[in-house]
Amino acid sequence: MALEYDALILSRLQFAFTVAFHILFPAFTIGLAAYLAVLEGLWLRTKREAYKTLYLFWVKVFAISFGMGVVSGIVLSYQFGTNWSEFIRLTGGVIGPLLAYEVLTAFFLEASFLGVMLFGWKKVGPRLHFLATCLVAIGTSISAFWILSANSWMQTPAGYEVLADGRIVATSFMEAIFNPSFPTRLAHMLIAAFLTTALVVGAASAFQLLRNRGQEESRLALKMAIGLIAVLAPVQVLVGHESGLVAKDHQPQKLAAIEAYWETDANHPLILFAIPDRATQSNHFELAIPGGGVLVAPADEVVTGLDAFAPEDQPPVFIVFWSFRVMVGLGVLMLGLGLWGAWLVWRKRFADDRLFLRFAVLMGPSGFVAVVAGWVVTEVGRQPWVVQGLVRTADAVSPVTAGSVATSLLIYVTVYAIVFVAGAIYVLRLLREGPVAGAAEPKPEGQRAPGTPLAAAPEDAPGDPS
Amino acid sequence: MSLDLPLIWAGLIATGVLLYVLLDGFDLGVGILFPFSRNKEDRDVMMNTVAPVWDGNETWLVLGGGGLLAAFPLAYSIVMPAFYLPVILMLAGLILRGVAFEFRFRGQRRGRPFWTAMFAFGSILAAFAQGLILGGFIQGIEVVDDRFAGGTFDWFTPYTLLVAAGLVCGYALLGAAWLMWKTADELHGDARRWAVISGVLTALFLVGVSLSTLVVHPVVAERWGWTGGGLDFGRFLPLAWIPLLGLIGLGLVGWGVRRASHGWPFVGAVLVFLSGYAGLAAGFFPYVAPYSVDFRAAAAPDNALALMLVGTVVILPLILAYTGWVYWVFRGKVTPEAGYH
Ligand code: HDD
Ligand code: HEM
Ligand code: HEM
Repeated sequence: MALEYDALILSRLQFAFTVAFHILFPAFTIGLAAYLAVLEGLWLRTKREAYKTLYLFWVKVFAISFGMGVVSGIVLSYQFGTNWSEFIRLTGGVIGPLLAYEVLTAFFLEASFLGVMLFGWKKVGPRLHFLATCLVAIGTSISAFWILSANSWMQTPAGYEVLADGRIVATSFMEAIFNPSFPTRLAHMLIAAFLTTALVVGAASAFQLLRNRGQEESRLALKMAIGLIAVLAPVQVLVGHESGLVAKDHQPQKLAAIEAYWETDANHPLILFAIPDRATQSNHFELAIPGGGVLVAPADEVVTGLDAFAPEDQPPVFIVFWSFRVMVGLGVLMLGLGLWGAWLVWRKRFADDRLFLRFAVLMGPSGFVAVVAGWVVTEVGRQPWVVQGLVRTADAVSPVTAGSVATSLLIYVTVYAIVFVAGAIYVLRLLREGPVAGAAEPKPEGQRAPGTPLAAAPEDAPGDPS
Repeated sequence: MSLDLPLIWAGLIATGVLLYVLLDGFDLGVGILFPFSRNKEDRDVMMNTVAPVWDGNETWLVLGGGGLLAAFPLAYSIVMPAFYLPVILMLAGLILRGVAFEFRFRGQRRGRPFWTAMFAFGSILAAFAQGLILGGFIQGIEVVDDRFAGGTFDWFTPYTLLVAAGLVCGYALLGAAWLMWKTADELHGDARRWAVISGVLTALFLVGVSLSTLVVHPVVAERWGWTGGGLDFGRFLPLAWIPLLGLIGLGLVGWGVRRASHGWPFVGAVLVFLSGYAGLAAGFFPYVAPYSVDFRAAAAPDNALALMLVGTVVILPLILAYTGWVYWVFRGKVTPEAGYH
């Protein structure tokens, strides 16, 4: 028994680690693919060189990020089997088709046209190339559609029936796919991805402006980023609020954990700071606005507190409570960045205000942090269930030994550390160089006919290990 | 009208896995051959022959895994824990070689040689791990009460090691034949030599694996008409086309190499794999988790299978069409100047 328990904890740790690693890349590539499509489209229409320079620059960053997204995603889809085989045995009949549709409608599209996007610049005409970029961008969003549908079904299952042997099958795939939390989650995640990209593009451009380089391109890119942040940050707050309402109706234990409400009651305070403690079933050092709970419910509405759940059925409150505050705190900062930037754009001063530029650079990574924090709220808030109300996480784990999982965890940590450090170095190196007009133009295709001898390449002596 | 949905899905997934083996096979093969290349420029060309298509090739693996999950969740939930460590090793290999495509190009003094090595190491590791899984499959999986009930290292036997080494050579053969097709000059000549060596090794391993399968697994042996003492021709003859196809494939590789043909050795290598694959199918069918769970018992509910079939019938031809188009765009010999960078 102790052995199984260890395999469970290790599997959870491993899944949390690998999925948090994976989401960093989609969070960026979904937005960046769309941004590249916009840049290329604008270039084709206006023929303004700056758009092309920007495209050819960001496509390099995209290539690195996308590659890391792909390999870390494959790990996840196999982990359902290696570590959560019972989960699949029980729910495969519902989750499976959603994942299969993701492969069919999204992954092939992305992967195939990525080749054309990265290597086809001189092989296909500009219009076909633009089409390839658009298809990759569309593919990433379709991918988000399916995987978020699958995840949302795990949060708020619908359209299903439990068979006598415990397996769960769909009675209506329409209801299962468009389950109650899906629309808000899809919107919240897609906006999060666009915000993340805009924050990175904005930060990289602000950095170049601070160093007085690539003025034209960087101004253009910064302005685009500010526009997007100014519009999306407020929308994200509203959509996030909707997500909270959905959680209140369908996952009350999650909302109670988010707000650290221990007692089922009306007229809840809005808790700003607290150290929630499951051992004492209360908060330490609470700082609250009385009656402030109206954010999620009218003051007279009774909100379910954690006391409605047996202690072993409560999610880890502390993690959920604080992750939520990290996400919302960053969301508010993004709102501020957007408003400040919009005001500076209006005053035509955005590229010269060094304080603003520094703030923009600082906010560069905030999207990634908010995304991971948001997912932690969502996933940890669902515990102890893997499928809310139907399958417990403890019953979802594979019949493998703790030793196996410890080994795989070690392998993943090692490999990801190497890959992540290298990837980060290469991306940061590119961002430091920044977009340089003209220099980024790909070399033309070789004209050499097959069969003609190679020109000797003196710097590549035989035995060069690179 | 009622369709035999589980059977259709068994066929579709088998086809998906076959496409994966053939497509990722040659690009893993290119990685396996990396250590034997002469210089950096050759390695650049080798990598560029597969760079635009490797991601699409690997997606067939996601389809194989995802398809098994979706269509036969029970089989998926038995097979994956059974091959826990080999699957992890395969994934680790695929990560290292997958990122190497970009990283090797971005790396400088230290990074470049490192990612060159990782491209080769990752390719070999992934291929070897796939061989272990395949070998473990033929050996059979211990199942009790619809769950994997074997030990952590059941897949680790001399037999599976033999299969794994054989698969590495087979992929190298595919890779070498691909390079003969896609490259010119000195590199083409090297690829030709690699094709000969890996072809001979693959032939030896095929014979070795086939014979030891008859010894290791009586269930499979019986299917082939081998009943301990002698060969039952009534059973063997309907299957005789399978080894014959393999022989034709090997012959085609040899003939192509001698005639200095650019395309035929690849066709030959593909035939060799088709033969091996058909041989496996003959040994397994109808099991998806050999030798206790067949595809009907493991199938997802009919409404799930039907939903997926509707999409597949529409989308799969599209996928095949645009995949074909991408290969067409990147047709012809790859030269050192190619690539977007
Ligand atoms: C919101 C979006 C999102 C989320 C929540 C996830 N993914 Fe993902 N995934 C993507 C969005 C994405 C993406 C944008 O489509 C890819 C393509 C490249 C990239 O960076 O991310 C990707 C790649 C990708 C791949 C490689 C596809 C290929 O071969 O091209 C697989 C197998 C998965 N993912 C599987 C998963 C699983 C099993 C997840 C959950 C546990 C998951 N992803 C979460
Ligand atoms: C991509 C963003 C995601 C992140 C950052 C994320 C994060 C996490 C975290 C932190 C856990 C561990 C929770 C715990 O054990 O306390 C977890 C568990 C899990 N998540 Fe997610 N998740 C994401 C998306 C998904 C999606 C899209 C799915 C399914 C389609 C999914 C399925 C699971 C499963 C099966 C577990 C393991 C069982 C469990 O611990 O509940 N996750 N995830
Ligand atoms: C500022 C106001 C925000 C509010 C009120 C808010 C609210 C929420 C809530 C309640 C959830 C949990 C949903 C559920 O489990 O059903 C959530 C999840 C999440 N949040 Fe936020 N959020 C805000 C800002 C942000 C920002 C700025 C980002 C990123 C840029 C972000 C990214 C995410 C992500 C990725 C998830 C997980 C996916 C999901 O379940 O939707 N959020 N948010």
